[in-house]
Amino acid sequence: MILSRILEEKLGSLYRAGGRIVGGVYLGRGQEAFSAAAGNNLRYGKDVYGPLIRDQAGRIAYGEPLLDTLRTYLGVVTGPMRGRDGNIHRGRPKDGYMAMISHLGSLLSVVAGALFARRLRGTLEDSVGATSIGDGGTSTGAFHEGLNMAAVEKLPLVVSIANNQFAYSTPTTRQYACEDLVDRAIGYGVEGYSVDGTDLLACVATFRTAFARARAGHGPQLVVGRLLRLGGHGEHDDASYIPDSAKHKHEARDCIEVAKKQALEFNWATEADFRTWEEEARRDVDAAQAIASKEPTPDPYRETWHALSTSELVEGQHG
Amino acid sequence: MSITYLEAIREAQYEALRTDPNVFLYGQDISTFGGAFKATKNLSREFPGRVFDSPISEDAMIGMAVGAAVEGARPIIEMQFADFSSVGFNQIVNQAATLYWRTSTPCPITIRMPSGGTPGSGPFHSQSMESIYAHYPGIVILTPATVEDAYWMLLESVKLNDPVIFCEHKFLYYHLKSEGFGESLPIGKARIARPGRDATVVTYSAMLHEALKSAEELQMDGYQVEVVDLRSVKPMDTDTILASVSRTGRLLAVGEAFPWGGVTSEIIARVSSEAFHMLDAPPMRLNSKDTPIPYHPNLWKSHRPTTSSITAALRDLLRY
Ligand SMILES: Cc1ncc(C[n+]2csc(CCOP(=O)(O)OP(=O)(O)O)c2C)c(N)n1
Repeated sequence: MILSRILEEKLGSLYRAGGRIVGGVYLGRGQEAFSAAAGNNLRYGKDVYGPLIRDQAGRIAYGEPLLDTLRTYLGVVTGPMRGRDGNIHRGRPKDGYMAMISHLGSLLSVVAGALFARRLRGTLEDSVGATSIGDGGTSTGAFHEGLNMAAVEKLPLVVSIANNQFAYSTPTTRQYACEDLVDRAIGYGVEGYSVDGTDLLACVATFRTAFARARAGHGPQLVVGRLLRLGGHGEHDDASYIPDSAKHKHEARDCIEVAKKQALEFNWATEADFRTWEEEARRDVDAAQAIASKEPTPDPYRETWHALSTSELVEGQHG
Repeated sequence: MSITYLEAIREAQYEALRTDPNVFLYGQDISTFGGAFKATKNLSREFPGRVFDSPISEDAMIGMAVGAAVEGARPIIEMQFADFSSVGFNQIVNQAATLYWRTSTPCPITIRMPSGGTPGSGPFHSQSMESIYAHYPGIVILTPATVEDAYWMLLESVKLNDPVIFCEHKFLYYHLKSEGFGESLPIGKARIARPGRDATVVTYSAMLHEALKSAEELQMDGYQVEVVDLRSVKPMDTDTILASVSRTGRLLAVGEAFPWGGVTSEIIARVSSEAFHMLDAPPMRLNSKDTPIPYHPNLWKSHRPTTSSITAALRDLLRY
């Protein structure tokens, strides 16, 4: 969580400074506890993960190296996307780490498909898949189709819905008409959980149960976290549409502050520990940035410009 | 023993399932029922646990195929009708088509699309979607017009490490028969289906047979019309088209899809820009009318190109 927050602070300041970051910056401030608690149950290279827009903390918990993040945001060729795609779209599908496309909802069935193929080939073992979505993304047809299909196929998939109350600027009242998104679970025949997304301990406990149930063959699990994003939709957005009343609600608590208080209260850590972790995180982020910012950006003359892996079928001279 | 176009498609799937354990089939009603057109008849019995009925969720079906392909599987997805692939459009053009480019991860999926019109099938069970998908980089679009091609090209599709839209024509399912699977050219190569020297018709899928009949008719008037079967619309074998036009000096591109944009306009564009000096007449094209596809057979017959409308167009072209 701390590493994610500090990394995102860096990304935000690089964005504001201008010049170096390619494209937009979309942060997960306020959603770290919910995202990390999910990602923490995943094993890189073993489980399938399809994170979404505000899952920086989950990506780190899953095991993605900092360099992958910085290289992608800086658009350098050494990153997983080689400047061909950017920011939160990054992934390494061959490792089970799916790379999202912008179209919300469409990753759910892809993660489900990876699990389906593993079961078919006898390589599923105890592996599990996880993906997430915002309250807005749950309105897409792709989300409904994907969750229904995963439920029909009874796949070991944990779906988190970060209900941060706004889809860009649209409030939940314009997004869905049911009381609570967790009620949808019944309609799909999957197990549903509702959790305070600002409470790390609650998130950890809920996801632990959900992942254990998925791994044990109980089919998809739907976890809904109540929280508020502590920033704009992206760094270009000042979020002036979020009313003060929302900012004073329980959901607007900073999950990192809450977690820190819990840790100090239960004597799991001291103020000094927190200072050390923050310093370490800063050092690591700076080091990764230093490496990535010296690396080469893509060279259009060296590109193959092949959209097919079968190069004999690429149309060249007549294109 | 003669084999239909539909049987060839079934046999190719049988062969793919038999030879590669990574192949599986996913689609609506394809398991015990054998598919709306029976293209998967008996396959679930012959390959238990590898042929699955899917929910009516074209988006999720294609998304799942992409995820499965990433894991090393080689899914064959059946769209019940090509028309319904529009529900899965996003997954095809954004998810499947961009995967290799973005991540260097190949996406070997085959999407079978029962395409084109048959009498009495109306606006939502008759469409030809090849032009739509061909617009997007990262997809191979195949349009077999013969029993042999239906068999060999489908087998090749499954082996290809890229997404393939396999446009099989419903009208040819039962109409076309062959004595065996014979041979076939590789994907990406067009075929001279009938040689000639007076004009070139470039076409594909069911329109090939209308064009061949038309060439036959014109032969009685002493014209030798060359007919080129594209076989794959993307990649398009421009060299074969140009070579043919250089021999005949006249071009008619024929397609069953709607006229606006698409495969026939692509053919005309390539020939006009690369072989303008070889043309003795303005290049022509013939497509369906620019209306939704009509229900009644009378209307349908005049909606799409047929032997007689191709012949009429060719007479204009030859007279020029
Ligand atoms: C299918 C689709 N439509 C529109 C968009 C544009 N878009 C990107 S993010 C976003 C809001 C998403 O809100 P939500 O799902 O609640 O997630 P949050 O940003 O709140 O985390 C929109 C409308 C998109 N990416 N995909």
